[in-house]
Amino acid sequence: MTALTETPPEAAGLPAPAAKRKGGGLATYLIIRFLLIFPTILILVTMVFFLMRITGDPITAALGGRLPADQLAQRIHEAGYDRPILVQYFEYLGQIFTGNFGRTISDNRAVTEMLATFGSATLELAVNAVVVALVVGIPLGMLAAHRRDKTPDAVLRIFAILSYATPVFFAGLLLKLVFSVWLGWLPVAGRASTSTEIALTSLASPTGIYWLDALRSGNLAAFWDVESHAILPALALGLLTAGVFLRLVRTNLIGTLGRDYVEAGRSRGVSEFRLVTRHAYKPALIPIITVMGLQIALLLGGAVLTETTFEWKGLGFQLAQYLTARDFVAVQGIVVLLAVIVAVTNFIVDVVAALIDPRVRY
Amino acid sequence: MSTQTLPQLERREPLWTRLPVLSHVRNSVGLQRGMLVTGLVLTGIFLLMALLAPLVAPYGFSQISDAGGNFPTQDPPGSKHIWGTTVGGFDVFSRVVWGAQTAVLVIVVAVALSIFAGVALGLASGYFGGWLDRVLVVIADAVYAFPSLLVAIVMSIVISHGQSSLWGGILAAAISITVVFIPQYFRVVRAEAIRLKAEPFVESAKVLGASSWRIMARHIFRNATRSIPLIFTLNASEAILTLAGLGFLGFGIEPTSAAEWGFDLNKAISDVTAGIWWTGVFPGLAIVLTVLGLTLVGESMNDLADSRLRTRGRGRKQRATTAGASRNEAPAPAPYEAPAQHEAPAQHEGGQA
Repeated sequence: MTALTETPPEAAGLPAPAAKRKGGGLATYLIIRFLLIFPTILILVTMVFFLMRITGDPITAALGGRLPADQLAQRIHEAGYDRPILVQYFEYLGQIFTGNFGRTISDNRAVTEMLATFGSATLELAVNAVVVALVVGIPLGMLAAHRRDKTPDAVLRIFAILSYATPVFFAGLLLKLVFSVWLGWLPVAGRASTSTEIALTSLASPTGIYWLDALRSGNLAAFWDVESHAILPALALGLLTAGVFLRLVRTNLIGTLGRDYVEAGRSRGVSEFRLVTRHAYKPALIPIITVMGLQIALLLGGAVLTETTFEWKGLGFQLAQYLTARDFVAVQGIVVLLAVIVAVTNFIVDVVAALIDPRVRY
Repeated sequence: MSTQTLPQLERREPLWTRLPVLSHVRNSVGLQRGMLVTGLVLTGIFLLMALLAPLVAPYGFSQISDAGGNFPTQDPPGSKHIWGTTVGGFDVFSRVVWGAQTAVLVIVVAVALSIFAGVALGLASGYFGGWLDRVLVVIADAVYAFPSLLVAIVMSIVISHGQSSLWGGILAAAISITVVFIPQYFRVVRAEAIRLKAEPFVESAKVLGASSWRIMARHIFRNATRSIPLIFTLNASEAILTLAGLGFLGFGIEPTSAAEWGFDLNKAISDVTAGIWWTGVFPGLAIVLTVLGLTLVGESMNDLADSRLRTRGRGRKQRATTAGASRNEAPAPAPYEAPAQHEAPAQHEGGQA
């Protein structure tokens, strides 16, 4: 079908349209796939906007009952929430494209600035969790597939199912109870102790990713402090995600381990270890990568709960705060940002899948 | 349907071996049977607890005093309160038991609504095709790709603005979960409907002049919904997790309207720092065991239906039933993505032919 190299259709001796019908090339696929991000985001933004407005305007939701009616009406008018909903919608779309998400109602800060401040914390947590999930999940999945239906497989399957059945906040609660309260090894909550936090936020140009900031400023004590705070949240979220990876790797490896070429490799004397980690693993990678992309959505949902459990001041923690304050402008901003992240991740996943396997491109 | 008029090639097996869950237990061996039975037992306990909550629970879910005066607060597990009391003076054991009832109510409402909506939309979308199909697919994909907890949060804002009475809270939670699940049923049913509408028996129904409504309701519906029980068990467990997540973020049901495990866990987070473990561990375990039970049932049924994952009994005589035969013929490819669509429909076509 599609060659890996981009030969111009003329060179191949084919008329251009025929070549196009045959599937285009990698570039065409990537462009179309990239353009598809926008409708996805647009649909999500539209849905969130109208759903959140069905029941009333954000000002009444946040301040209703706390302000007299005339002041409330005054503020609604100032913010433009008394105009027709379609006018507001298109204005909102325009604002999003210029990166302006409005101002939060409860603490009156620019939503964009709020997203940037807390987004880095969530990014740090998510990356930590993915690292834990990959390091734990993939090797264990290989082990389970290799020792299929034997004791290790049974134990690992129980782990995987347990990791699905445990809500991340309960896992967090147990970890906290054991390692922070009973054993006293690790801090209970937060991203760093107060002194470290002050030291890190007063840096010249902080990235907001604490361990990076600590390393850049050469402050090793701060680095250890930050890392010790990061361990439990990363474990809670990462171990639960590891269960998904484990099952994924196991199922797909079992599929490929039964193929003839693996048997052929075995008869050539390729070691069992190499068969599992190389020969069977590589073809199993595509479904694994695709589903991992879908896990980003799960991971973000989990991050919201993990952050609340550990008072990790990221987007999820703020989301819960703003929800309690009924500040729906801020909530909308966070939800839209997460929607964009999910859409972009899915794009990256598809690109990686296309680069690995030419058959994916259409 | 018309099976009665067809020549019976062999005696049908007794009814109890053909019931979904029982036949699964019979067909399983070893570890898989162990998992399935464990799951069934856990699920059974959960359902019994929900059903008999008024009898099992020593106190009401919002009761903070009895004839002997107010309950102590944050009392460790003891003879009067076997699992201790919370910071508000609630009896932990009673709240865990009553929580099962809330969970069952939410699951039943949520799954019933989403099956109804998902199947209806999927049938219409798959059968009619065209722009309706395209629009629905795009929306379903967008919702499906999004973190389900956030969808549920947005929906619960829409429905109740986050406030909640008993039924208000249960409905809000259930509908929020419904919106998350509709795309899953939609996808499966739509794919089946598209495949089925090219089948000869649909064509002949059309030729006979059956209306679209009748074709969808009688011919496609029955065949397209084979894998629904499977998604059902998997979704029931996800519904519990979503409900607990909503409750944990403070979007659940007020403690005075009903007991909800996620809400109790939220309150327990601050207790843990003080070393008070019983307020969090018990509701948490209740969630884990319930989800575990439902997942084990769903998983084992899924594995048993998938010929690639089913463990075969050693030395067990293969019965030459039609089902067994078509299972072996089932095309292998179906890569990872489609665990729910395996060969169940193929079995049915065997009966149709």
